[in-house]
Amino acid sequence: MDLDALTHTSGEWLRATGPDSDIVMSSRIRLARNLADYPFPNRASDAVRADIEQLLRGEIAKSPAGKKLQYVQIDALETLDRQFLVERQLISRELSENHGQRGVGISPEENVSLMVNEEDHLRMQVLRSGFALEECWRDIDAIDDAIESSVTYAFSEQFGYLTACPTNVGTGIRVSVLLHLPGLVMTKEIQKVFQALQKIGLAVRGLYGEGSQAMGDFYQISNQATLGKGEEQIIKTIKDVIPNILAYERKVRTTLVQENRQNLHDQVSRALGNLKHARQISSEETMHLLSSVRMGINLGLIHDLEIPTLNELFIHTQPAHLQKLRHERMETAERNAARADYIRQRLTVPPSTN
Amino acid sequence: MKKCGRCAKPAVLHITEIRHGEVQALHLCESCAKEYLNESEAGGPPPDDDADLGTGEIGESSEAGDSDDSVVPACPQCGITFKEFRKQGRLGCPHDYTAFQDELLPLLENIHGETQHVGKVPKRAPKASQHQFRLIRLRNQLKAAVDEEMYEEAARLRDEIQGLEAEAGSGNSP
Repeated sequence: MDLDALTHTSGEWLRATGPDSDIVMSSRIRLARNLADYPFPNRASDAVRADIEQLLRGEIAKSPAGKKLQYVQIDALETLDRQFLVERQLISRELSENHGQRGVGISPEENVSLMVNEEDHLRMQVLRSGFALEECWRDIDAIDDAIESSVTYAFSEQFGYLTACPTNVGTGIRVSVLLHLPGLVMTKEIQKVFQALQKIGLAVRGLYGEGSQAMGDFYQISNQATLGKGEEQIIKTIKDVIPNILAYERKVRTTLVQENRQNLHDQVSRALGNLKHARQISSEETMHLLSSVRMGINLGLIHDLEIPTLNELFIHTQPAHLQKLRHERMETAERNAARADYIRQRLTVPPSTN
Repeated sequence: MKKCGRCAKPAVLHITEIRHGEVQALHLCESCAKEYLNESEAGGPPPDDDADLGTGEIGESSEAGDSDDSVVPACPQCGITFKEFRKQGRLGCPHDYTAFQDELLPLLENIHGETQHVGKVPKRAPKASQHQFRLIRLRNQLKAAVDEEMYEEAARLRDEIQGLEAEAGSGNSP
């Protein structure tokens, strides 16, 4: 896979084509699976890791979905390239930072990623634009079936699919929806939402999953328990609760516009102004301003920009992306200048049609 | 009101048993009913968790493990100890779920609120294994029914379990 070519494109899931994609950036389902006869990656020697990788890489290539996937050998990549794939949400930090032979199969649309030798032998994920959990499940379930038809997964009648961490055992499923909630953050209502979600056993995380800060008002809502409930039931819990959050965010936005249209219009326009004219800008400030502009577009306060462009900027302005784009390593100060250049260029040139 | 057939308390569960062609009526009080249903539950074949994975070793050592948490033996497959697992939060191999089952159960209960898988099952799982899976599921339902004092449901489940067990008994002989 030509990683440099990716710097000019974006994943299908960023294109805001799915249902409710004004608020729901993406839907994602991942499954954790392990081979029955091998130790988990963290306990496997380098030789055993190599065996596992070879075996699973072969199985992935043979499966129907796998034929379209490009396989990237992660241990052969430089740190910057690994970071680049993390920023694109194609691999996890764990896979990036792990050691030994490991890899990932990625679909050309960047909506399927099958990671080998992550925390578990196989971590499969399907991403979709907007609120589309059922489609994610249908796809990942089929991929799982295809691979399972030729390997023996570690499975027990009592504990289901066996995983390196007991928090994933059972279904091995993590169902998550990435939401953009600037209205609820602005009105400080977001805390209430978190509390309500925690009560029904759902976790709230930032853009890059576990332990990451909520950047740009993005929040990932996902299931915590994986044992004792069926996949459909877990999906349903999230599927049922998300519309309430969407309605809440929309209600808050409407109220904000009604009560203080001028203030809000001023705020989002200034955000756009800063993005268009800054000469140096940090990643954090970028996220913050992009979030305002994104909401401004959705509220009809900003007209000459499209949501997919904004979505792409969230990803493309991150450190590894900027450095890949410039083909050079840059320190923070240089990156801040490069980031400002890139944003200026993207916001003044008509959006690309890819 | 009928009295319990095993003690003097009033009977709440009325069962008609057909065993070896003989019809037998049973009337049991609440506590005897629980006991009775647990007996018939325990009467089934023990779950054959990885029977081929060096059961001898585990069998010998698990007795020691029960008495003292700190001397849980290492997993015979990957060599990890339960202490090591607690330290790093990751298990060493799939067999750990068998080797440390007693220690993991409370942990899983804590994390998931449940300890029995009910989701997807590998399609390639051998028939016997799927059968076993259904049995375990039914036994858990039975336990829940008894706990919730739904004795009619419990009796129905028990019959279903016995039916499955009989089926397994006749079908397993090669």
